[in-house]
Amino acid sequence: MTQILFKNINMKDLHTMKVYEEQGGYRSLKKAFAQKPEEIVEAVKASGLRGRGGAGFPTGLKWSFLAKDVFPRYLCCNADESEPGTCKDRELMLKNPHMLIEGMILCAYACRIETGYIYLRGEFHDLNFIMEKALEDAYAKGYLGKNILGSGFNLDIYTHLGAGAYICGEESALLNSLEGERGEPRMKPPFPAVEGLYAKPTVVNNVETLCVVPYIVNEGAEKYASLGTEKSKGTKLVSVSGHVKKPGNYEVVLGTPIREIIYDLAGGIRDGNKLKAFIPGGSSVPMLPADQVDVSYDYESLAAAGTMLGSGAMIVIDDSVNIVETTLRLISFYMHESCGKCTPCREGTRWLYQIVEKIMQNKGQLDYIEKMEDICDNMNMKAFCPLADACVSPVVSSIKYFRSDYEEYFKNVPVGSV
Amino acid sequence: MSGFTFSAEQEKEIENIFAKYPFKKSAMLPLLTLVQRAERRVSPEAMVAISKKMDCSPAYVQSVMSFYTMYHAEKVGKYMILFCINISCQLNGCDKLLEYTAKKLGIKVGETTPDEKFTLHREECLALCTEAPMMRINDTYYGDLTEQRIGQILDSLD
Repeated sequence: MTQILFKNINMKDLHTMKVYEEQGGYRSLKKAFAQKPEEIVEAVKASGLRGRGGAGFPTGLKWSFLAKDVFPRYLCCNADESEPGTCKDRELMLKNPHMLIEGMILCAYACRIETGYIYLRGEFHDLNFIMEKALEDAYAKGYLGKNILGSGFNLDIYTHLGAGAYICGEESALLNSLEGERGEPRMKPPFPAVEGLYAKPTVVNNVETLCVVPYIVNEGAEKYASLGTEKSKGTKLVSVSGHVKKPGNYEVVLGTPIREIIYDLAGGIRDGNKLKAFIPGGSSVPMLPADQVDVSYDYESLAAAGTMLGSGAMIVIDDSVNIVETTLRLISFYMHESCGKCTPCREGTRWLYQIVEKIMQNKGQLDYIEKMEDICDNMNMKAFCPLADACVSPVVSSIKYFRSDYEEYFKNVPVGSV
Repeated sequence: MSGFTFSAEQEKEIENIFAKYPFKKSAMLPLLTLVQRAERRVSPEAMVAISKKMDCSPAYVQSVMSFYTMYHAEKVGKYMILFCINISCQLNGCDKLLEYTAKKLGIKVGETTPDEKFTLHREECLALCTEAPMMRINDTYYGDLTEQRIGQILDSLD
């Protein structure tokens, strides 16, 4: 299986400059500096690379949206990784921090950016030490700083720690947080490419996305685009967790059948149980029932199946679980993380929680499901950012596919108790 | 209120923090983090000290601080245990393990032990789902938890 991001991931001391360089690290810089910045943008466009953080927006296109002739511009690497089920960026930075730095240098050069920040979630304090050491080594080698490798291109990269807020993974909330404010999302437009950090044109890209760029520059856009399906190019890191025998982060070519990810890579369902459901892209995307396990893992196929590839977190649930329990846990998460700015999200998440909690206490009424659907309808696409929509996903999909799990609780409602 | 002053070392660190950003306001979270890590809380006095550095009101410092879960107005224990209860950990039995941990420490979730050694918090996904169930104690991640392993980890901390 083709490995781009995880090619040497378990090699001893890969996180050091010495080993990273021995493996061809930072080789792409000279090649890039011999080209015009626009050529790099074109190559990334041609590669078909799409944002790996969740939204799947074409990366090269995002870069080309930067407001013309407005400087300074900023690069923010989104290392806030907090989508439940997702832990791929952590492994990338922990084991291969220089790959991210190399990708950021290429992006900055392509977009004429001279300052970059790596926004790490506050809980990644351990990774902050690792990234800072790697940055220090990159400065010492002349890969960062003034006049990098005699190219005339300057770049400084700094780390910045958040302090515990899921919403800061949303790009406009991340920018507010980086500006020292409460991490509430901003109204869009203007998009960050026009008015981002300090109201200047800004590129916000996920760790995994940036880590792909050195490969595209080294090997060419065509080679990257030769992997995957017609519209989903390249490889994707998938964090497989839940009831599998071998949970882990795996790199798969887009278009790989989900069955292969769950049963071959992750070893199948453990404890002799059967697959009941899986959430293919982190907790914010709709779950699918076991009979859809042959859907192929790419953006279009998952969209056609009514869900999303999201951040690439495959959460696997076996038949020992009542889906209502899982759903309540997810609602509780979104309720906790709602920043409170928009009413549909702030109130809707709480109402859903109260209703499902009541159902689980055998105090539900049959029309509760309709009520939940109504609340979901009033939350979806009605807030500044997608957090409300994210909460709706598990609720609506759990009702659609596992209505009988809800009905289990209604069976036990004592007569005359509600 | 003059109960809080930055040490000489912290003053130097603050200079380094300011140098990272073109605008001072971006130093807000780093300054709060600096204080939280040193004091295990951000006191009202510290908020005043930060506001002076940031050229803003103490109320503004508090409004930012209150948004983020990693800053605490009340002092937390020497070891801050963040126990993940989100979906992947739930599927792997974290609820029982959290209960076990609370019992072993003799406190309820959300509380600090009387000797101020441990604080136990329920936490949302911390990004180690492939090693669920997991917890974070100060800066260290611990995955593949079992009762036995939790016992060993807690006993090893002094």
